[in-house]
Amino acid sequence: MELLSGAEMVVRALRDEGVKYIYGYPGGALLHVYDALFQQDEVEHILVRHEQAATHMADAYARATNKPGVALVTSGPGATNAITGIATAYMDSIPMIVITGQVMSFLIGEDAFQETDMLGISRPIVKHNFSVTRAEDIPSIIKKAFYIAQTGRPGPVVIDIPKDMTTPTERFPYEYPKSVKLRSYNPVTKGHSGQIRKAVDMLLAAKRPMIYTGGGIIMGDASAELTEFAHLLKYPVTNTIMGLGGFPGTDPQYVGWLGMHGSYESNMAMHHSDLILAIGARFDDRVTNAVDKFCPTARIIHVDIDPASISKTVQADVPIVGPAKAVLEEMIQLVKESKKRPDQDALDAWWKQIDEWRGRHGGRYRTDDSEMMKPQQVIEMLSKVTNGNAYVCSDVGQHQMFAAQYYKFNKPNRWINSGGLGTMGFGLPAAMGIKLNFPESDVVCVTGEGSIQMNIQELSTCKQYDIPVVIVCLNNQSLGMVRQWQDMNYESRHSQSYMNSLPDFIKLVESYGHVGMKVTKYSELEGAMREAFAMKDRLVFMDIYVDPFEHVYPMQVPRGSMRDMWLSKTERT
Amino acid sequence: MRHIISVLMENEPGALSRVVGLFSQRNFNIESLTVAPTDDSTLSRMTVMTTGDERVIEQITKQLNKLIDVVKVVDLSEGDHIERELMMIKFKANGQMRAEIKRTADIFRGQIIDITPNTYTVQLVGSSDKLDAFIASLGNASIMEVVRSGVSGIARGEKVLTI
Repeated sequence: MELLSGAEMVVRALRDEGVKYIYGYPGGALLHVYDALFQQDEVEHILVRHEQAATHMADAYARATNKPGVALVTSGPGATNAITGIATAYMDSIPMIVITGQVMSFLIGEDAFQETDMLGISRPIVKHNFSVTRAEDIPSIIKKAFYIAQTGRPGPVVIDIPKDMTTPTERFPYEYPKSVKLRSYNPVTKGHSGQIRKAVDMLLAAKRPMIYTGGGIIMGDASAELTEFAHLLKYPVTNTIMGLGGFPGTDPQYVGWLGMHGSYESNMAMHHSDLILAIGARFDDRVTNAVDKFCPTARIIHVDIDPASISKTVQADVPIVGPAKAVLEEMIQLVKESKKRPDQDALDAWWKQIDEWRGRHGGRYRTDDSEMMKPQQVIEMLSKVTNGNAYVCSDVGQHQMFAAQYYKFNKPNRWINSGGLGTMGFGLPAAMGIKLNFPESDVVCVTGEGSIQMNIQELSTCKQYDIPVVIVCLNNQSLGMVRQWQDMNYESRHSQSYMNSLPDFIKLVESYGHVGMKVTKYSELEGAMREAFAMKDRLVFMDIYVDPFEHVYPMQVPRGSMRDMWLSKTERT
Repeated sequence: MRHIISVLMENEPGALSRVVGLFSQRNFNIESLTVAPTDDSTLSRMTVMTTGDERVIEQITKQLNKLIDVVKVVDLSEGDHIERELMMIKFKANGQMRAEIKRTADIFRGQIIDITPNTYTVQLVGSSDKLDAFIASLGNASIMEVVRSGVSGIARGEKVLTI
């Protein structure tokens, strides 16, 4: 058997997991590992400019592929800089491996230089974490980490490696385990058949059904099954912002996403439904609004791979613990076998009602009262120019909501956003992580002038590795979502939401060797955007000036029910 | 409602902090907590006494089960079970009080496990209520120090918590 040092085992194990890229930043505690990386060329390391970006790159790769991304950061500040990225992945159940350097094991606890208790700090925001105490355990720990990260409800796993576990002169026989078994961790692989049968009976008897799905459809690779199932029953489908693309955005059965800024028709339909089939979604507060007023006439079937997500905030009538794909496959089979069919009259009446709601709002926005370009127009143009096929990596704020509302996603894994944690600064590194792995695809970062500045240093990484993403910056010269809340709830006192010291983004990106485009008129938008996407080998930053006074609507009224919404600055349901 | 939850978990460094962290992170109560290795040295058993309504307790058991180091979780309060807590209590014991403390300890089937000219240390085992009652019954005696182990529990009959 080959003898390898701990450092070499880290790299070799990653190779044996099929990892092509890792994203990271070196430092004292990791120098042995970086030396091992230097001496091979199978695992390629991407040097970021801030560790947070490394985690977002790894995270985005996972969001696009459902396979864990890997970040490598040093001890102390390297590890703490990664924390935001780990929390981002944790909140959205994204598989990710973060390897952190640690001070020599005999120094742990002595406040050594660049020491931080990474196990302790990361504990609440990881699916699991490991500390290496014997170098020879490295292959099995990495194997377990990958297994845990991507099975069951996925999540980030941290592996903390003290420097003396990677000493080049201490070598051990290396063999990468073929399989792994943990007595304390046995994720379910199928749902309870009796419960599924009961659910299907209820579904076939429903008069005003809704299918409400979430990120579990995307990460559970169940988009095709969901689509088949929904088409079989002809029931309306809504999803969470994490579930965008899990069901085709242009399908007539799709009623838009739901919740705080969801579509009028989806929120109305949820409120009035008599049966909700929730799959891979977790009834979080941005979806339900006030829990005690949530969908008063609906019974709830809740399918989730994580039992703790079921009946956490909203009590389920029929809980089903299992992977979305397997449960949906079984449901499809049962519906096909069943002699019962949905009540067609009731369903027709339900669709009539939904279409009426659609007609009443239908995602309209004002375009007539201002010279300024509307942010919604920019996203609609983006959807048109990229034929709905781009990977859209969003930052956080108004632009995120507009992107989710107006970009038509027909495929899963194309909408890449920080839904749970709402991490500003996520967009650019996410786009980089995806472009690197999918160089032939259109990859766009939709951002604002606020969010982009939270990780703008990564323009330098893009220069080093030639990562030609398109950055669509909806520049409204303010922190739009904060400002909107201040308009609505604080009598327009714009406390700290105004950015009056913006850089000249064009000059800034040009200084990094990229292309900048400033767009101020709608008439110039399409041409500029087509030009930007045509420059396949250049990063293009589109600084697009949009109406700073625009709000995101619909918007649910705080502490109301699903149907209580503002539809514009002046209309309320 | 008061619940006694027994947890079998890997005897690994950090496992305890995962459980304790979970309780504070998710805003669950811990009234008492005990933990020690079992006859199988790879496993620790923890007993958590907590309070909460049905939904909270359901979340506690589910969230505990989610921890990778946790092998099994049982809510002992769901069935017949025995619970015990150990208390050691040190009194200032002079004059008349010496006899009084001794008498009360006898009634509660406690034992005096340490004596000095001025102190008695009593050991008492029982349910938490019983320990509370003992302290209350000696209300006028001067308690110098109390240490309680927290509740441990085991199911009655043939039900066992093992792997």
